[in-house]
Amino acid sequence: MKKLLTGDEAIARGAYEAGVHFAAAYPGTPSTEILENLAQYKEVYAEWSPNEKVALEGAIGASIAGGRSIASMKHVGLNVAADPLFTFVYTGVNGGAVIVTADEPAMYSSQNEQDNRNYAKAAKLPMLEPADSQECLDMVKLAFEISESFDTPVLMRLTTRVCHAKSLVQCGERQEVPIREYHRQMDKYVCVPAVSRKLRIKLAQRLKKLAAYSEQTPINFAQYNDLKVGVITSGDCYFYAQEVFGDTVSYLKLGMTNPLPVNLIREFCQKVEKIYIIEENDPYLEEAVRQLGFAPIGQELFPYTGELTPEVIRQAVFGQVLPTIEYDQSKIVGRPPTLCAGCPHRGFFYEIGRRKDIMVCGDIGCYALGSAKPFNAIDTTICMGASISMGHGAQKIFKLGEKPTKVVSVLGDSTFFHTGINSLINVAYNQSSTVNIILDNRITGMTGHQENPGSGYTVKGEPTNLIDIETLVKALGFRHVRTVDPNDLTLLKETLDAFLDLDEPSVIITRWPCALKKFSKEDKEEFRDAFCQKYVVDTETCIGCRICMRAGCPALSFDQETKKAKVDKVQCLGCGVCAQICPKKAIKKEDK
Amino acid sequence: MANYKETQNVLIVGCGGQGVILASNILSDVLSCIDGMDVKKAETHGMSQRGGSVHAQVRFGEKVYAPFISPGEAQVILAFEEAEGLRWSHYLAKDGVMILNQERVIPPLAFVGMADYPEESLDNLKKRDDVKCIDANKMAKEIGNVKVASVVLLGALAAMLDFPEKTWKENLEKRVPAKALEANMKAFDAGYAAMKAL
Repeated sequence: MKKLLTGDEAIARGAYEAGVHFAAAYPGTPSTEILENLAQYKEVYAEWSPNEKVALEGAIGASIAGGRSIASMKHVGLNVAADPLFTFVYTGVNGGAVIVTADEPAMYSSQNEQDNRNYAKAAKLPMLEPADSQECLDMVKLAFEISESFDTPVLMRLTTRVCHAKSLVQCGERQEVPIREYHRQMDKYVCVPAVSRKLRIKLAQRLKKLAAYSEQTPINFAQYNDLKVGVITSGDCYFYAQEVFGDTVSYLKLGMTNPLPVNLIREFCQKVEKIYIIEENDPYLEEAVRQLGFAPIGQELFPYTGELTPEVIRQAVFGQVLPTIEYDQSKIVGRPPTLCAGCPHRGFFYEIGRRKDIMVCGDIGCYALGSAKPFNAIDTTICMGASISMGHGAQKIFKLGEKPTKVVSVLGDSTFFHTGINSLINVAYNQSSTVNIILDNRITGMTGHQENPGSGYTVKGEPTNLIDIETLVKALGFRHVRTVDPNDLTLLKETLDAFLDLDEPSVIITRWPCALKKFSKEDKEEFRDAFCQKYVVDTETCIGCRICMRAGCPALSFDQETKKAKVDKVQCLGCGVCAQICPKKAIKKEDK
Repeated sequence: MANYKETQNVLIVGCGGQGVILASNILSDVLSCIDGMDVKKAETHGMSQRGGSVHAQVRFGEKVYAPFISPGEAQVILAFEEAEGLRWSHYLAKDGVMILNQERVIPPLAFVGMADYPEESLDNLKKRDDVKCIDANKMAKEIGNVKVASVVLLGALAAMLDFPEKTWKENLEKRVPAKALEANMKAFDAGYAAMKAL
């Protein structure tokens, strides 16, 4: 029977069927579920790596040792992994190696919208672009074959909708692939200049062979219907185009988009009168078609940003949409993401948000919500681990002024292990006087609770070595390090006051689990009383000042009729932040 | 909706925690049981959490291309929450029907005067012939388990689609905890009957 799978699930299934031995990733929307699903197969070694560079390097090592390996990441993760990628393409593989990048047109959960097809061209490796879940499964198997027959890693480029949309998939059985023999080959794997110069020439020859393959692979194909309009497309855009045009136009559907099948493209373009290029984000195909001397219609008609949908295509080409119910869209109430009830970051952002004379460098994770109302407590968010290093640079400049602004850098535990630790080494080494906050919620939160080096468990749920952040930070030479309970606002305030006054660097670790975390055995012992309490408003004492609303807690509401605050008992997890903020002490622990 | 040659579009919308994804999963389980039926599904991922806006788009028929529905294309919209029903109302097809649950989830920003619940627009929406109101939460309370409101709505959806009741119930059974099975079955029947009566 066919199964309804997401693209991520299908990639995992396909890699499993292809006999993959080693899988590594760092979580990132929309790629996270690939590794989560691979970890379910007992035949596959799978791990959460601290970051994407480490994940890819693990996969490279596994490949050279003779195993089939896969590394998956979100688009910005490939920036982190770009360093090993470019040279891995020079060495080639032993066991097949596949790298999956999951791009995010429209930035549903990302800081930018980059088109990673450009990486395939820049790094000179073959790229496959599946359009739905069946293609994900089929193409990942093909990718391992290409990898081994052409001696190259293969890039698979997915987008959010391919990753997360579900469609029917015919699954197969796992084919065990023997681990290849390993021999020392210094002229292949030791990229010193003398070797790399030779490998560079081999790489050019390999690309020629891959270009010939691209011309004849069945995943690049033309569908001829009416020849007035021909659509050149790849990935899920193929289905969007079919949704809009049906069989009224001809299609050139490209599953392998590096190297491109230039002869096939030329032949298609010569047959059709008008050429549409339907692709998301960068004009990757469009530029290639132009280079061949044709004049296609691409970004002059279709938007260069956001997600293409059948609706967007229909509007661009026909200037019309389907008739719809009309209503005042400006009246629709927003539901922006907020810190959950019981979130351990709430107390911290409440406290830091009250200080107006500081700069707060933020990072990537749930705590980016500290920038939202009502906290408005973050100055910058750029990329993983950047808070600490940007804070360092900013502090050095502020120091040049007469009354230096103090800088606080803030990131989560998983982001700290990702690349924040490198940044903190810089602070220790070059001594800026920043206050560095590690919000340790005992899990990778934003992407949906993945284990990390500080959680004590592997992706397979097995207990492992737990890296203690405080011990680690002290080993770097920080003299001022304090671990605090972020729900204790008095302690937080005292600690912040003391550390902000220092003229040397310091670290505060807030240690309290994510409110949605499934507790481990150790969590149950350490946080025995967590989330057991409920709070209630004493309506006699409440004066309706709404100061508690500054906690921005979804469990708190304000009754317009009685003019009193109200705690939703189902949602309240008893962090007590609102109770500490209330000037009248009207929010109290519920009697048990 | 007996003819499934043409692609059919069901849009399920609501707030995080209301059971939108559960309902859409059961619907796609039902569809996966039918020979020759192509199915595609897209849903909210990533930054959705409790209280956030959540949607699931299910498309089925002989051959489905895109996983998402365009505005004006949904034959059925199942709205778990009033303002969410309004937010997605322009997706309703000319001959479509919206099942609107009379339940409200007030966003926190509305309490501090940073947002208003869209009363007037909602009144207009409810006056439409193609919008059918149902109070699933009340019906769930009467059954004795407020959590089964989502299955009341699923029953109402089933009444709009032409698949055997047995297939629905078999798949429902697989997705709900055994101890709540009876309440869920009652909820399904109640929603089904309520929709047929409208």
